[in-house]
Amino acid sequence: MVTYIIRRLLWSILLLFVVSFITFVMFIVLPSADPAILRAGRNPTPELVASIRETLGLDKPWYHQYYVYMRELILHFDFGYSYQNNVAVRETIFDRLPATASLAIGAAVTWLLIGIPIGIISAIKRGTLLDRAAMGFALLAISAPVYWVGLVSIYLFSEDLGKLVPIFKGSGQYTDFTEDPIAWASALMLPWLVLATAFAAIYARFLRANLLDVMGEDYIRTARAKGLGERRVVFKHGLRSAITPIVTIFGLDLGILLGGAILTETVFNIPGIGRLAFDAIQKSDLPIVQGTVLIAAFAVIMMNLIVDILYAFLDPRVRY
Amino acid sequence: MALLEIENLKVHFETDDGVVKAVDGISYSVDRGQTLGIVGESGSGKSVSSLTVMGLSRSRNARISGSIKFDGKELLTASDDELRTIRGDDIAMIFQDPLSSLHPFYKVGAQIVEAIRAHRDYSKQQAYDRAVEMLNLVGIPEPRKRAESYPHEFSGGMRQRAMIAMALANDPKLLIADEPTTALDVTVQAQILELIERLQSEFDTAVVVITHDLGVVAEVADEIAVMYAGRIVEHADTDTVFAGPEHPYTWGLLSSIPRLDSPRDEELVPIAGRPPSLINLPGGCSFHPRCPYVKPDHMTIEPPLEALHDNPRHRVACLLDPDTRRKLWKDLREGKSPVDARADVMHDVAAEGSAVQAAGDTGAARGAVAASEEDKGA
Repeated sequence: MVTYIIRRLLWSILLLFVVSFITFVMFIVLPSADPAILRAGRNPTPELVASIRETLGLDKPWYHQYYVYMRELILHFDFGYSYQNNVAVRETIFDRLPATASLAIGAAVTWLLIGIPIGIISAIKRGTLLDRAAMGFALLAISAPVYWVGLVSIYLFSEDLGKLVPIFKGSGQYTDFTEDPIAWASALMLPWLVLATAFAAIYARFLRANLLDVMGEDYIRTARAKGLGERRVVFKHGLRSAITPIVTIFGLDLGILLGGAILTETVFNIPGIGRLAFDAIQKSDLPIVQGTVLIAAFAVIMMNLIVDILYAFLDPRVRY
Repeated sequence: MALLEIENLKVHFETDDGVVKAVDGISYSVDRGQTLGIVGESGSGKSVSSLTVMGLSRSRNARISGSIKFDGKELLTASDDELRTIRGDDIAMIFQDPLSSLHPFYKVGAQIVEAIRAHRDYSKQQAYDRAVEMLNLVGIPEPRKRAESYPHEFSGGMRQRAMIAMALANDPKLLIADEPTTALDVTVQAQILELIERLQSEFDTAVVVITHDLGVVAEVADEIAVMYAGRIVEHADTDTVFAGPEHPYTWGLLSSIPRLDSPRDEELVPIAGRPPSLINLPGGCSFHPRCPYVKPDHMTIEPPLEALHDNPRHRVACLLDPDTRRKLWKDLREGKSPVDARADVMHDVAAEGSAVQAAGDTGAARGAVAASEEDKGA
């Protein structure tokens, strides 16, 4: 187990190298605006642009730039400085991380709380009106794009703009948890629900299908033949097996969201990693882009590793 | 009074394609300590009838009628809760595939403990001790250690032993074994059958063994019921079924298993055709499309399951008269083919389109299908 984890960690480092390299090459190869010109402001003199290029190191060949970047990253855990305003990328990212983490983790809890019960009930009551209604709604929720649901929900439910039931206070005004926990929660309530909608629907459908599969297994028949109550059969025997694959997709989804939920963050004006990355791409701010990409990749890789380790505990047949 | 008495049990399932008559009016009884073997091909209704005894075939599309009396109590009208208290306590069941029948995520001991605590007011420790005792009883070495193993860490035979330990942990009056040895190696099969027999005599449990394998029932059963297309076609004590079977289907089953006392070059005779669809049963005797001895009126008259005059405990559902049947069986035992036996005993040619001409070649199934389709047209 320990050797397995070490091996996986080493692979993760290699993977991050590859990711950073690809990001870098893409930035060099694909046409993008010249960061120096963007930095220089309106009507810059060629001398100014040249001097900015020199300061940012853009006059050197790309492999040299990459070498310098990696050297600083590895030796000093230094992610470089923004081309736009010289702030340290590391600090910027760590600044933005709490907002993204708040959004992602809150949404994850929300969609589990909504999706899992619906999936279970739908499976138990398969074919009934309740099941069909739930699965119909789920399909709708999956099909609706998150930015649209976000805008509609602000239009209907936010306290300042809400036309229907204006109950969600402070949507669009993200406040740090450490500053004011209540404002934090109230500002995030609507984004959580919006981001969780599609996920809850996917999880409900997935769990329903899994549980129906499992309830047809021989060991469920055995559990019934033992004379166990139906509740125990479903929850202890059925759900225990049906929930295991959910853990896998949950880890992946959470990993991806921790790398930034660009659309939701934009719609609700949440200063998270996704927004940071989006802005940086528009401004050809390579160090910031590189930093956010690495953070996102790191989140996905780590969640993957955690899921795989967790699996060994969930399924006794899995051994590393 | 018999322990289990089944009267005219019918289990029909409504499906999109039509009504599946999985069990279509069967009656049998099992006494305390007795072993009944139910034999038949896949789809003959043998498993469904037993699951119905446990109340496990209840579903929205199932139509169940008749009577199942266990220990004098009617089970068909019992509530789900009443049935639940009987299941795993008075009636226990073991299944075909012991790997898929045990939950992969729970330890073997814990699964037995769960079965015990579902019915007994035991503490966890008491139940655990009982589980270990049962594992020991079914011959699992180092039972206390193995109780902490997961099912995938057991061999096939050990898993079935564990299933038996779980089934017998509450000292049931009736054990239903649904193909208990089918998924096991031949060498292990004998051990498991021996175990079932030993425990049965020890606990005085009645056993219903469901199998497609006559070898299995020959070993353990006191009585045998042969099922075909949802009905019992022959029912007698084990010796009679092997020595003097009266139904052509039983003959077919017996002729398709090798015997030690037959000549070495004798070929096994398969039963031509396939089991019928339970949605569209052939008219008359359900077996007629595959029966080498079919006569025209067999396609319209349904044979009742009747006791023989000279042996009231031997019941057969066949339209041939007993004399003809005995002569046919005698010929078959002498190694004659069904076609020759028919010519010899019945002095006629086989009915047009029946399975007889096709018997033994690949057209057999086609012949049977043609015959059954003719019926539908008629």
